[in-house]
Amino acid sequence: MQFGFLLEQVVNGLVLGGYYLLIALGLSLIFSVGGIVNLAHGAFYALGAYISVEITKYLGFGSAVVLSPVAVGLLGILFERFILRRFYDADPILSLLVTFSLAMVTEQAIRIIWGAPPISAGIPQALRGSVFLGDFLFSRYRLLILAVVAVVLVGVWLLLHKTSFGRVVRAGIQRPDMVAALGIRLQPYMTAIVMLGVGMAALGGAFFAPITIVHPAMGAEIITVAFVVVVIGGLGSFWGVVLAAMLVGVVRGITIHFAPAAGEASIYVLMFLVLLVRPRGLLGERIEKFE
Amino acid sequence: MTRYSRRTLLKAGAAFAGASTIGFPAIVSAQAARIKIGHLVPLTGFLGAIGSYAQLGVKMAAEEINASGGIMGKQIDLMSEDSVNPATASTKAQRMIEQDGAVLLFGEISSASSLTIMQVAERNKKVFFSTGARSDALRGKDCNRYSFHCDIPNTVMVNAVGTALKQKGMVKGKKFVTLTADYIFGHDLLKAAKAFFSANEATLIGDELIATDVTDFSPYLLKVRQAKPDVVCCNLAGNQVTNLVKQYAEFGLPYPLVGFNLNTGDAWAMGEGNLSGTWPTVWYHTLDNPASRAFVEAFSKKHGKPPENHAWIEYITLKMIAQAITETKSTESDALIAYFEKQTQFDIMKARKAYFRSWDHQLVQEAYPFTVKPKNEMKDKWDMLVLGEAVPAAGAELESIYPTKTQNPCNMKA
Repeated sequence: MQFGFLLEQVVNGLVLGGYYLLIALGLSLIFSVGGIVNLAHGAFYALGAYISVEITKYLGFGSAVVLSPVAVGLLGILFERFILRRFYDADPILSLLVTFSLAMVTEQAIRIIWGAPPISAGIPQALRGSVFLGDFLFSRYRLLILAVVAVVLVGVWLLLHKTSFGRVVRAGIQRPDMVAALGIRLQPYMTAIVMLGVGMAALGGAFFAPITIVHPAMGAEIITVAFVVVVIGGLGSFWGVVLAAMLVGVVRGITIHFAPAAGEASIYVLMFLVLLVRPRGLLGERIEKFE
Repeated sequence: MTRYSRRTLLKAGAAFAGASTIGFPAIVSAQAARIKIGHLVPLTGFLGAIGSYAQLGVKMAAEEINASGGIMGKQIDLMSEDSVNPATASTKAQRMIEQDGAVLLFGEISSASSLTIMQVAERNKKVFFSTGARSDALRGKDCNRYSFHCDIPNTVMVNAVGTALKQKGMVKGKKFVTLTADYIFGHDLLKAAKAFFSANEATLIGDELIATDVTDFSPYLLKVRQAKPDVVCCNLAGNQVTNLVKQYAEFGLPYPLVGFNLNTGDAWAMGEGNLSGTWPTVWYHTLDNPASRAFVEAFSKKHGKPPENHAWIEYITLKMIAQAITETKSTESDALIAYFEKQTQFDIMKARKAYFRSWDHQLVQEAYPFTVKPKNEMKDKWDMLVLGEAVPAAGAELESIYPTKTQNPCNMKA
C-alpha cells in the first residue's frame, strides 16, 4: 500500500519535473549559445502567464497557450537584437547585471499594466479533475502538460541534432571561432535560440497560470528553481537539464511524502550533494566555454 | 516602497517660499509642522498580493485626512514601506522611529514581522497598531503595552467558521486533515483549530506543515487523498491559499475544502469556479451600512475595483489614530494608550461599534463566515461571496467569541 502511494509521488514528481523543464531548458540553451546567464528568464515566464490570461479572455485557453509563447518569442527577438547582442564578448558580470535589471524593469512594468494584486485565471472546465489508472490518481491537466513537454522536448532535440540549423548551433557552442572562419554568421542563430528559449519559458507561464497564482513577482519565484535544475544538470547539457528536472521533481515529492517540512529544502540539499560529487553538474563535463 | 517625505518636503518648501513673499508667517509655521507616521506592510513575498491592497487603503485615508485639514491643523506625513520579512521589518521600524521621527507605527500582515515590530515599539516606547496580523500569541503571551491589534485573531476565525460548520453537521464525528502554514501564524491557527476539534468531537487524522514559499501543492494533495478525510481544512496564508484552492480544483478531490483563514484578495485571485466551502472574513465590501457603502464607493471610483479587507483595515486604523490624536491633542504614547484603554467606541463600518479591549489591546468586533456564490448570481468578478450572519449573533456579547481572560495569557508590564 505504502509502495503504491510512493510510486504515485514518483510519477507526480516526474510531471512536476516536466513543469520545471520548460523553463530550465531555455535558460540552459541561451547560456550554451551566448554564454549569458539570463536572469530575465523568469520575467519572460511571467509575461507568458499574463499574456495568456489576457488572450484566454477573448480567444479561449487553447489559443492562449499557442499565441502567448509566440508573442513572447517575438519580444525575445528584440531582447537578443538590442540587448543581449552587446554582451556576448563582454565580462559575464555585465550581462548578469543587465538581465537582472531587465527582470526588475519587467516586473515593474507588469505592476503598472496589470496592477500589483494578482489576476485570476482558471482551468477550462473540460480539463479539470483526475484520471484514475487502477488506484493511481493523476491530474488531467498535468497529464496534458506532460504531453506538451514531451512534444517540445522531442522537437528541440530533433532541431538540435537532426537539422542543419542544429549542427551550426552545436558547432557554435563548441568552436565559435571555427564556425566564423567557415564564413557562417552566428548572429541569426543566436536570435533564433533566444526566441526559442524565452518562448519555452512563456509556454511554461501560460500552462501554469491556471494552477498557480498569477502575480508580478512570479518570475522571480520560478527562476530560483530553474537555476537549481540547470546547475544540478550541468550548465549547457541538454540531457543533464532533463535528468535534473525530473530528479528535482521526484526528490521533492518523496521528501514531502515522508518529511513535509523539508520539502522545499530538499532540492537545495540535492544541489549541494550533486555539486560535492560533480562540481560541474550531473552531465556537465562537455561545457568548455569558460574554461 | 513609497516615500512621501521628499515630495512633501518639496511642497512644504514651495509653500514656504510662496507664503514668505506675500508675508504670512503664521501659515508657514502651521504648514511646516507635520505628524510623521510610519507604515509597514509586505509588498513582496507570499503576502505581497494582499499587502498591495493595504497600501491603497492607507494612502486613501491619509489623503482624506490631509485634504480635510489634517490632524489639529497638521498634515500627516505618511512613510509607507515594504516590510519584506521579520528582520527587515524591525530594522525599518527602528529607523522610522529613530531617524525619520515617526510618532507612531502601524501596519503589517505577517504575524512573524508584526512580532518583531512589536518589540521595537516596546523598546522605543512608541505605539504600534498591528493591522493585519492574526496570531493569538501576539495579543496573548507576546502582548505588550505599546501594541494594539486590529484584525480578528485566529480564535475568532475558527469560531466564526466552526459555528457555521456545526450548523451544517460537518464537525461532530468527522475526520479532518489540515494543511498549515509553517510559521507563527499557522502554528497558532492550528492550535486554535485543534482546541475547536477536540471541543466538538471531531478528529484530526493528518496535519501537514507547509513552507510559505511552496507554490506546487500536488504532493500534499496526494497525501490528503491517502488519508481519506471527511473534510480538508486550510490553515494557510496569502498566496498559499490561492495556490492550494486552484490546485484543489484542478485535482478535483471529493472531500469538501473549508478554511479558517482567507483574505478576499486571495479569493479574487483564484479564478472562476475554483473556490467553494465555508471560510471566515473580517469585512467584505458588500456589507450594507452607510459608512461602508460610502467607503466602497470612494475607493472603487479611485481605483476601479472594490477595496479588499486589508484596504479597509488600514483605512479605519489610520482614521482611529487620527481621531485619537485629535481628541487627546497629543502624539505622546502614554496619552494615546490611555485614550484607547478607555475602550473608546469606534465606527468601523460594521453593524456594531468596536473597541480595543483594555487588558489585551485587541479590537473587539464582529466577524463573518462566508460561502461562495454560484457563478450565475455574481454581479461582477469581485461579487463572489455570500456573507453569513455576523458572529457573535445579534444580542450576544461581542467578547463572547474572543478568548477570555483565563484563556488569553496576556500580562502587560505597567
